[in-house]
Amino acid sequence: MTTISAPAPVPTRRVSPLVGIRHTMTLAWRSLVQIKHNPMELLDLSIQPLMFVLLFTYVFGGAIADSPTDYLRFMLPGIMVQNALFATMTTGFGLNTDLTKGVFDRLRSLPIARWAPLAGRILADTVKQAWSIALLLGIGMVLGFRIGTGPLGVLGAFALLLAFSLAAAWISVLVGVLVSEPDKVQIFGFMVIFPLTFTSNVFVPTESMPGWLQAWVKVNPVSTLADALRGLLVSGPESGPIVTSLLWGLGIAVVFAPLAVRAVMRRV
Amino acid sequence: MSYAIRAEGLVRRFGETTALAGVDLGVRAGTVFGLLGPNGAGKTTAVRVLATLLRPDAGTATVAGYDVFRQAHQVRQVIGLTGQYASVDETLTGTENLLLIGRLLGYSRGDARARARQLLAEFHLSDAADRAAKTYSGGMRRRLDLAASLVGRPRVLFLDEPTTGLDPRSRTELWGIVRDLVGSGVTVLLTTQYLEEADQLADEIAVIDHGRVIAQGTSEELKAKVGGQALVVRPADPGDLAMVVGVLREVAGAEPELNQHTATVPVSGGDVLPAVVRRLEDADVTIAELALRGASLDEVFLSLTGHRAEDGTELAEVPA
Ligand SMILES: Nc1ncnc2c1ncn2[C@@H]1O[C@H](COP(=O)(O)OP(=O)(O)OP(=O)(O)O)[C@@H](O)[C@H]1O
Ligand SMILES: [Mg+2]
Repeated sequence: MTTISAPAPVPTRRVSPLVGIRHTMTLAWRSLVQIKHNPMELLDLSIQPLMFVLLFTYVFGGAIADSPTDYLRFMLPGIMVQNALFATMTTGFGLNTDLTKGVFDRLRSLPIARWAPLAGRILADTVKQAWSIALLLGIGMVLGFRIGTGPLGVLGAFALLLAFSLAAAWISVLVGVLVSEPDKVQIFGFMVIFPLTFTSNVFVPTESMPGWLQAWVKVNPVSTLADALRGLLVSGPESGPIVTSLLWGLGIAVVFAPLAVRAVMRRV
Repeated sequence: MSYAIRAEGLVRRFGETTALAGVDLGVRAGTVFGLLGPNGAGKTTAVRVLATLLRPDAGTATVAGYDVFRQAHQVRQVIGLTGQYASVDETLTGTENLLLIGRLLGYSRGDARARARQLLAEFHLSDAADRAAKTYSGGMRRRLDLAASLVGRPRVLFLDEPTTGLDPRSRTELWGIVRDLVGSGVTVLLTTQYLEEADQLADEIAVIDHGRVIAQGTSEELKAKVGGQALVVRPADPGDLAMVVGVLREVAGAEPELNQHTATVPVSGGDVLPAVVRRLEDADVTIAELALRGASLDEVFLSLTGHRAEDGTELAEVPA
């Protein structure tokens, strides 16, 4: 029979972690490069929270607080939390698209680190997340939000929000693997994140709610995270909410990361 | 003779469904192997197992001498896979799709770019190179998908229904590409529902149905296996077709197949032909054409599986 003419390199046995990191970077590039073709995507990420900011500030602001600007100062950190939670859905959405379109199969047929496709996606989504936090903060400041702490506080706020999103992304991955089409990830996001963020202290002070609801609002991690951000951005950091938020993130990651990884393994 | 792909006793179940019920395959290096079967036969499952994407419940397989489970990483370094549905990133351009693969395979930026440009040219996609793949036609997407599986110059290539959905010209073109690849030493395993495709391309064919290989051999061997010949009769007056069918049924002892103007029946013995001629003469039927020809792969398929290749409907309800 025909001899194999292409000079075949001797296959290696496994991927070194360093090479795996390079695969991850390449795959993150893949998720980010599309922004070049569709720069609007950068705004898409923040259109909905932006509408919320405008709507709540100018429609409800005067009624809820003394003035729209006062209200903005109260609400913006919370909207940032809401925005970050919605943004975590991008991970599940993208993963599900890859699974249903067969891109995931193609990647798995390549000699790359097994964990690189997921890691690359999460890395890219973290970059997008950072961008959308910055955008929201910037818009807030244009509208009259004032940072009462300093650069360190802002940095802390970014770090805390990114860390929490990274943990919540595992829920998104799990959903992305379990549902049959990308749109269902969005639907899940709306069904869970809307009630979760509205039954928190993001939009109105806890004291204004009925007692039974207050009990929930106080344990809702969205409230805790919003409090932590208010501290970091406005009134000076408070260790209580920051530590509790980190513990929540850790708890979510410990529960959902293994579930998500197992679901990915099983789906493919 | 060295085998590029070997599989023994592959079994894979999905819940109640047995997608593979003990599949044995041997594909010699440098040849094209056609896996032929109707919808739901288990073709995609077999390809996914051999391409390290799916673990079988039982059985063993090697590709280029590497075990597909224990040495999956090595296998991935020598294979290319074009799945049944084009698996390109639709938000990326053609160039970016190929760059991505090249970079993941460890090419330098420049090498990956050069390879992408070369493949795009080869697949007539240069003009669309910088357009997002979601703007591509189905055929273009398929070609990009095939190009993507060739970036790493695989030694063994899996093509799962590569020409489904292609127009006849693109199909012929793709056949040409496959022949060139084989000419350069690549081993190709392709699945298809088209008998003609298997006939045209494959050095060896395995007919698969309900997760089982029910026949294997060259297309000539398969045709011979079925016993060979078919009698085609075309009456001068199409109105006599019913009469012709009746005679054929009686003499050949099989149900004739009707086309627009002809009736065809498989025959085995040599005495059928004169008997048919005599009976039709007695019945005053004028014959415009009467021919004895070798069985087509189509008939092989029918006789092996009991149903037509394109006809998957009957299968859908039957739990394998
Ligand atoms: N992931 C899965 N989950 C459940 N059942 C599956 C799965 N993959 C395949 N099957 C079942 O296994 C059987 C074989 O499927 P397979 O995709 O291998 O067939 P095929 O020969 O490729 O068919 P087609 O020509 O339609 O592509 C079918 O009955 C199918 O429904
Ligand atoms: Mg298939």
